[in-house]
Amino acid sequence: MKSDSSVGGSGVSVDLATRLAEAVHPLSLGERVASFVAASLVVAEVEARRLRHDPWEVVTRAIQPLLWLTIFGQAVARARLFPGQGDYLSFLAPGILAQSVMFTSIFYGLAIIWERDAGILQKILVLPVPRASFVAGKGLGAGLRALIQGAVIILVAIAMGIPLEVAPLSLLTCAVAIVLGASVFATLSMLLATLLKTRERFMGIGQVLTMPLFFASNAIYPLDIMPSWLRILAHLNPLSYLVELLRQALVAGNTLGAPRDWLVLLAWLAVLQVIVSRRYDRVML
Amino acid sequence: MPLVEVTELVRRFEDVLAVDHVSFSIEPGEVFALLGPNGAGKTTTIRMLVTLLRPTSGTVRIAGIDAIRSPDRVRRVLGYVPQTLSADGSLTGYEHLLMVAKLLRIPRRDRERAIAEVLELARLEEAADRLVRSYSGGMVRRLEIAQAILHRPVLLVLDEPTVGLDPTARRTVWEALQELRRREGTTLLVTTHYMEEAELHCERIGIMNRGRLVALGTPDELKASIGGASSLDVVFTALTSDTLESGGSFSEVRQLRRRLRRFG
Repeated sequence: MKSDSSVGGSGVSVDLATRLAEAVHPLSLGERVASFVAASLVVAEVEARRLRHDPWEVVTRAIQPLLWLTIFGQAVARARLFPGQGDYLSFLAPGILAQSVMFTSIFYGLAIIWERDAGILQKILVLPVPRASFVAGKGLGAGLRALIQGAVIILVAIAMGIPLEVAPLSLLTCAVAIVLGASVFATLSMLLATLLKTRERFMGIGQVLTMPLFFASNAIYPLDIMPSWLRILAHLNPLSYLVELLRQALVAGNTLGAPRDWLVLLAWLAVLQVIVSRRYDRVML
Repeated sequence: MPLVEVTELVRRFEDVLAVDHVSFSIEPGEVFALLGPNGAGKTTTIRMLVTLLRPTSGTVRIAGIDAIRSPDRVRRVLGYVPQTLSADGSLTGYEHLLMVAKLLRIPRRDRERAIAEVLELARLEEAADRLVRSYSGGMVRRLEIAQAILHRPVLLVLDEPTVGLDPTARRTVWEALQELRRREGTTLLVTTHYMEEAELHCERIGIMNRGRLVALGTPDELKASIGGASSLDVVFTALTSDTLESGGSFSEVRQLRRRLRRFG
């Protein structure tokens, strides 16, 4: 190779100059936005391709929420604890759907830590691509997983004879809400990953976090049975808003959902994405 | 103008000085190696060069661009292959390249050709549609190189590109790098443990020890500087032996590495 060094000489330097000129030229705002959107979609596409090569992982993850629906749901429905809510199983089904979205997404940060440990993240971070698109793209990828799992749960719920509203528009609303909710929890999870940095610590905190997120929400019982301090927590909890959107679309027949619920979830997502994009490269340090 | 200019680079992790006032420059088209024992600060130096780590002080200019102030621009002229062999086993080799090509927004009409070119250079044409989990270590490393050069960087930085590979795989990796240089004139910056690789493939070598650059020159110059040493091994041992020999330093190294590990 040493002997080649002089051969490369002049032809290379011309090429070098043009390539450098491209690099020095700053990107316009439009170019940066286009780059952000395109890269986010590609990051999500990576997720889709992984799923295509191994679809069973997602399907098996639908088992746990289905156990809630079949075992817990059947028992509580029999007890008639919440008479105001009508059919308990149709009250519970959207809650369990939302819970499954949260459970798959809340461990998404583990993937980031794994990618950091494996060296994949480092390779990605030196690409000339906006950091924020990795965060947004991962959120969309989590949404995709949650969608597949959600479809399994809805199908089983229908097969169980639970009365649900399954008009195309209701399902579309559900799909959008699921992707949005999954993005929120996946981004929250990435925030935890940047703070905790190791798999062991993350697993510990992740387990602890799912409990209050799940039980301090309206997923399996109505808010009005809660003591007021718990109700405040439930109102801060993004899961409650996701449950509400799904319940409105699948049960109450309010297909488009309440603007307040959409806005709260979008606000959570925006704030988390900004924080995580800024902290993202600190996972490395 | 040198392609890479590193001036008085310092990185401190709490009370550990991982990189201690390191300065060097690399000319366009050169193959430059950083050599040194574990914990010498090679990887930390490299991570500052490739915009993954902010220096405590000092400057890095790549192609005249300030890497600390404009990391996004530097990333457009730079390719990086980190030390850990890494690729997502659940995707095929082709998919890896396709995803990176899309991330780089290589126009659709040029994409397939760009991918075919780097696949050919890395000699992975036949394995392209296999899942990467079936690849050997040498193949994964060549795929990583292919990924890192898709945007035709003028500088390719490789951290221990052949570590942990068997001799045949090491040779195929260097063949791919040589081919890259022949075609594109890409400047290479590598770190390595293998003295004979540095001597065979690299035009200039910087030897690092305890965060400092203790020697810099061509292999011949380095040998001459140690009174006509017969091999780089002798030079290396002469310059870095204090790391293991001087009193109490073994535990110091261990402590340093433990700290570094804590920082990732």
